[in-house]
Amino acid sequence: MTTTRIDRLFTKLKAENRPALVTYFMGGDPDYETSLSIMKALPVAGSDIIELGMPFSDPMADGPAIQAAGLRALKGGQTLDKTLRMAKSFRQDNDHTPIVMMGYYNPIYIYGVDRFLTEARASGIDGLIIVDLPPEMDEELCVPALRAGINFIRLATPTTDDKRLPKVLENTSGFVYYVSMTGITGSALPDTSKVAGAVARIKGHTKLPVCVGFGVKTASQARAIGAAADGVVVGTAIVNAVANVLGPDGKTTADPAEAVATLVRGLADGVREARITAAAE
Amino acid sequence: MNKPVEPNSFRTGPDEQGMFGIFGGRFVAETLMPLILELEEHWNAAKNDPAFKAELQQLGAHYTGRPSPLYFAERLTEHLGGAKVYFKREELNHTGSHKVNNCLGQILLAKRMGKTRIIAETGAGQHGVASATVAARFGLPCVVYMGATDVERQAPNVFRMRLLGAEVKPVTSGHGTLKDAMNEALRDWVTNVEDTYYLIGTAAGPHPYPELVRDFQSVIGQETKEQILAAEGRLPDMLVAAVGGGSNAIGLFHPFLDDKGVAMVGVEAGGKGLEGDEHCASLTAGSPGVLHGNRTYLLQDSDGQIKEGHSISAGLDYPGIGPEHSWLKEAGRVEYVPIMDHEALEAFQLLTRLEGIIPALEPSHALAEVIKRAPKMGKDQIIVMNLSGRGDKDIFAVAKHLKMDV
Repeated sequence: MTTTRIDRLFTKLKAENRPALVTYFMGGDPDYETSLSIMKALPVAGSDIIELGMPFSDPMADGPAIQAAGLRALKGGQTLDKTLRMAKSFRQDNDHTPIVMMGYYNPIYIYGVDRFLTEARASGIDGLIIVDLPPEMDEELCVPALRAGINFIRLATPTTDDKRLPKVLENTSGFVYYVSMTGITGSALPDTSKVAGAVARIKGHTKLPVCVGFGVKTASQARAIGAAADGVVVGTAIVNAVANVLGPDGKTTADPAEAVATLVRGLADGVREARITAAAE
Repeated sequence: MNKPVEPNSFRTGPDEQGMFGIFGGRFVAETLMPLILELEEHWNAAKNDPAFKAELQQLGAHYTGRPSPLYFAERLTEHLGGAKVYFKREELNHTGSHKVNNCLGQILLAKRMGKTRIIAETGAGQHGVASATVAARFGLPCVVYMGATDVERQAPNVFRMRLLGAEVKPVTSGHGTLKDAMNEALRDWVTNVEDTYYLIGTAAGPHPYPELVRDFQSVIGQETKEQILAAEGRLPDMLVAAVGGGSNAIGLFHPFLDDKGVAMVGVEAGGKGLEGDEHCASLTAGSPGVLHGNRTYLLQDSDGQIKEGHSISAGLDYPGIGPEHSWLKEAGRVEYVPIMDHEALEAFQLLTRLEGIIPALEPSHALAEVIKRAPKMGKDQIIVMNLSGRGDKDIFAVAKHLKMDV
């Protein structure tokens, strides 16, 4: 496979000796236009990789915050087609920030895998994280995606033991997303020293960068995780920043893009200090 | 979609990947994958272990009350004036439905795996009650997820579960019905991977659940085969069963799938009619998609978002169906038809008066189809219907629809 934006980014960050800040937001939350403004604000505020959430009615691996964000987006009329269009629109002024679409398989299956991959490629999508497609189901989307030149980023979890890791890593590309705990998105962050051990274990099996997510909410957590990982993923905290500026009627009480940008600037400072702090300790 | 070539046998599925044709599979988060593989390994060992079989049989006989009778419904047959109608009386099982067959099998499996905590999802509460029952019997803590809407409309079953020592957790996410309860149970499982066994209530979900639930329920069809041969000296012409997730139907059908002369009809909840969204007829009015770990027929919109179903019967109120039914539909082996709420209600009342049996609203759907078909069949023909549950739980809902006070 030719190098992708994701590969180029990690090469650059390696030279800078700092981890990536990976930010998740829900496409279409609370509506298309607001959500696009959030997306555009992310790299400006210091995000290195954007995870573009595709809303799904039944997000079995997500906690209450992301569930609610997905329902808001669907209520606001978001569809997979619109999420792709959002990426395309973002690409008009940004050609370097990698976009990874994250969600569940059914909307893609219904859209049609081939049609989806063609559109995704045309919209400047770099990678996919599909929660309910384990390696056992690789023929569904992973293999066609790789053929289409789109990275398929796999989740590795604390239950993925050394015996299973090679299978999980086999068709993974771009980076490995290590889920720091067993559980749903937005739960409490576990002991960061455990996370460092897990990252080391995965690195023993792959040369790919390892990003860590699930539970990272603050700049200090981002700094601590970023000392060991190649990237830090923040999702629920960003989704909450949007929810916090929505009134009971769903109308915004402040600019959601600015609320998200403020949070992301803090997180970006956190990851930039990660290795410096680690070296000083 | 191309129709698969008719197989030599309809009873060999699923394949090693857990597929029935294009249906089934293992569409789950990576966190759950090792657990599902572990379950498969233990299941493969258990199903070939005579001691496991013997323990299950023993419990079936002395705890559940198996075999359940095959009853010739003489007055109903006379009333309909056509085929002879037999009922497989699963409603006489301990806990009042076929659900206990699966729960006993799975709790033995959980014990074998060394799991110490049981979780389950429930809609009407029948599976919740059966899970709470077997958890009490084996001394394991049990958490039952139930949509908040269902908690409200199924109060007696909620109380039963609590009496049995289970913790009932109302689910407010989504729309608070069975599919949300299943999402929440999966979220619990993904969090508590070490000690927890997820006791799924129907023949759906990721492989190996559809297979193992079917096998635990197949006792229904196996007994039926022996009983009808004893009573009539031949196999029936038709089997009829209600399908929600489809476990009672697959349990009755599976042992007969290769008996060519036996026609089979699965009856879905047509709700208030298939024109709008107020039904649960995923096979008749849905399309293939991926939800809750398997590919199967679903009620969904053009964006692949899952719809809420509607049925008068909370037990059929699920927008999906077990994957083996999807396969049997496409293979043309089983016919699936919808029955409306009002037809089920009429059938419920008819059976109550004619045979002195109060059926659950789920098999009342199957009964409504029998009422349509039997008169058109010859008097020498035989229908066996799965009377999968008793209707005590439904008297409040029925009273409401009949505008009566309880």
